[in-house]
Amino acid sequence: MISGLLGLLTTLRWLFRKPVTAHYPKQHLPVQERYMGFPALLWDETAAEPFCTGCMVCVRECPTQCMSAQMHDNPKFASGESHRRKIIETFEINLNRCILCGICVDVCAFDAIEMSYEHELSSFSRTGARADLGLLLELGERYTETTQWAATNPEKNVASAALAKRAAAAAKTPPGEAEGKA
Amino acid sequence: MSAEPQTDTVDMMLNMGPQHPATHGVFRMVLSIDGERIMGVRPHIGYLHRGSEKLSEHESYGQVITLFDRLDYVSNLNNELVFVRAAEELMGVEAPERAQYIRTILCELNRVASHLLFIGTYALDVGAMTPVMYTFRERERVQNLFEHVTGARMMHNYFRIGGLKEDVPGDFAERVLSVVRRLRAGVEETDRLLTFNEVYLARTRGVGVINAEDAISCGLTGPCLRGSGVAYDVRKAYPYEVYERLEFDVPVGEFGDCWDRYWVRLRECYESLRMVEQALEQTPEGPVMAPGRRIARPPKGEVYAHAENPRGDIGVFLVSDGTDKPYRVKVRPPSFCNLVGLERMMEGAYVADAVAILGSLDIVLGEVDR
Repeated sequence: MISGLLGLLTTLRWLFRKPVTAHYPKQHLPVQERYMGFPALLWDETAAEPFCTGCMVCVRECPTQCMSAQMHDNPKFASGESHRRKIIETFEINLNRCILCGICVDVCAFDAIEMSYEHELSSFSRTGARADLGLLLELGERYTETTQWAATNPEKNVASAALAKRAAAAAKTPPGEAEGKA
Repeated sequence: MSAEPQTDTVDMMLNMGPQHPATHGVFRMVLSIDGERIMGVRPHIGYLHRGSEKLSEHESYGQVITLFDRLDYVSNLNNELVFVRAAEELMGVEAPERAQYIRTILCELNRVASHLLFIGTYALDVGAMTPVMYTFRERERVQNLFEHVTGARMMHNYFRIGGLKEDVPGDFAERVLSVVRRLRAGVEETDRLLTFNEVYLARTRGVGVINAEDAISCGLTGPCLRGSGVAYDVRKAYPYEVYERLEFDVPVGEFGDCWDRYWVRLRECYESLRMVEQALEQTPEGPVMAPGRRIARPPKGEVYAHAENPRGDIGVFLVSDGTDKPYRVKVRPPSFCNLVGLERMMEGAYVADAVAILGSLDIVLGEVDR
């Protein structure tokens, strides 16, 4: 009897409080800062190319083998615009297989892949969840904009900084020695 | 003189599940019933079998952690911990103290979240609609905290062999404290609402009784064993991580009925929150990852590690052949072993109590079937 009344009292108290439920399609709750959504590829503005060199580390480390990638020679390396010898040609992630574990981000040495905040990518077609290079870069661009993302190791990975560092290193070395080494 | 018509009475077979809301997954029980009484029960499992153990043999050690996340999908971090600890023992690595404290804090919060889920759904099983709303609201606080720390609400992949993926965010301590404060209020509220509710007592008191002797011989662990009055807790019996330095009690039940198993879990929520507060105070500064190679390649050998998961004693038997992939991973899932006691609990009970008894075991089918 008393417990029943106590129960009713609690219910009554909560009746006049603000609801904690969010009505999902109409109302979106913000994601946390570290939220891991679908993986996205990032764009190096200083060389106008992706960070990804297609080294395949993420492809090999992925527990569900949801990725595939191909690299080719980077034409911008020859022209001196970039420090990347190889650059990604095609990259595909099957987002249906992706389990959002973040291992690809962990193993990437080039700051090329990041878990974006995207989590709503339903589509009507069977192949709709296959994200190609273009879509992945688009997700990455959105992620960069919302989070002010910056490379963790710019001297190694951002083209302008890496090229500047190389130029400085080349200037430091006496010309004779460099030739001798070559 | 005609012969009396001979009537044979046979037990009726009643199929419950696999698609049944009270089985919390895909679990099938074949009950043999005599009128309203259950004479026997045969659990049928395997509907959620994903071959996690076999899959583990084809994944590197770092990748296996993602599979362990998916065993018991309401206490993910506790599962990650046991595998990570097994691999650490094999490799002779020890996580830095800070990492151990953070792991303990997160695991205990995970335990509270898991028990809250149990309390809510169990109340739903026995006919109380409201508590599930309250407990899910409280559980959401823990999930949000986990999202803040690990980046995912459930499948965290946060523990690493030798430490953690990354250090916790700067406001970790204050957020944990605020969550703990609110959780305590939430658990207390549910406690007041449910524990001594007359209808709830009528549904659970004296139902599904298993005595201490039977509970031990059936191999029950966790709250199901402690509900029968046996104070066995891996955290006390074989302390791991930093549990030795934390002060906590092991709540035990008296009669081993459904209510006692519920009571043990409810008290454990308070104990876990106490532990979180203590651990938070003691957490030192420092690195969260042991120095060494990132890729785990343990030497040849085998190890058995176990830990207290919200459902009981979870064990991992890990065999390494010296490569970067485990040779064999055997899991001792507590829910699966607790199912052994189901028949003992159900014999002689009413059909109407079948749901209450099964619910009080708090099985997670992801773990039972693996």
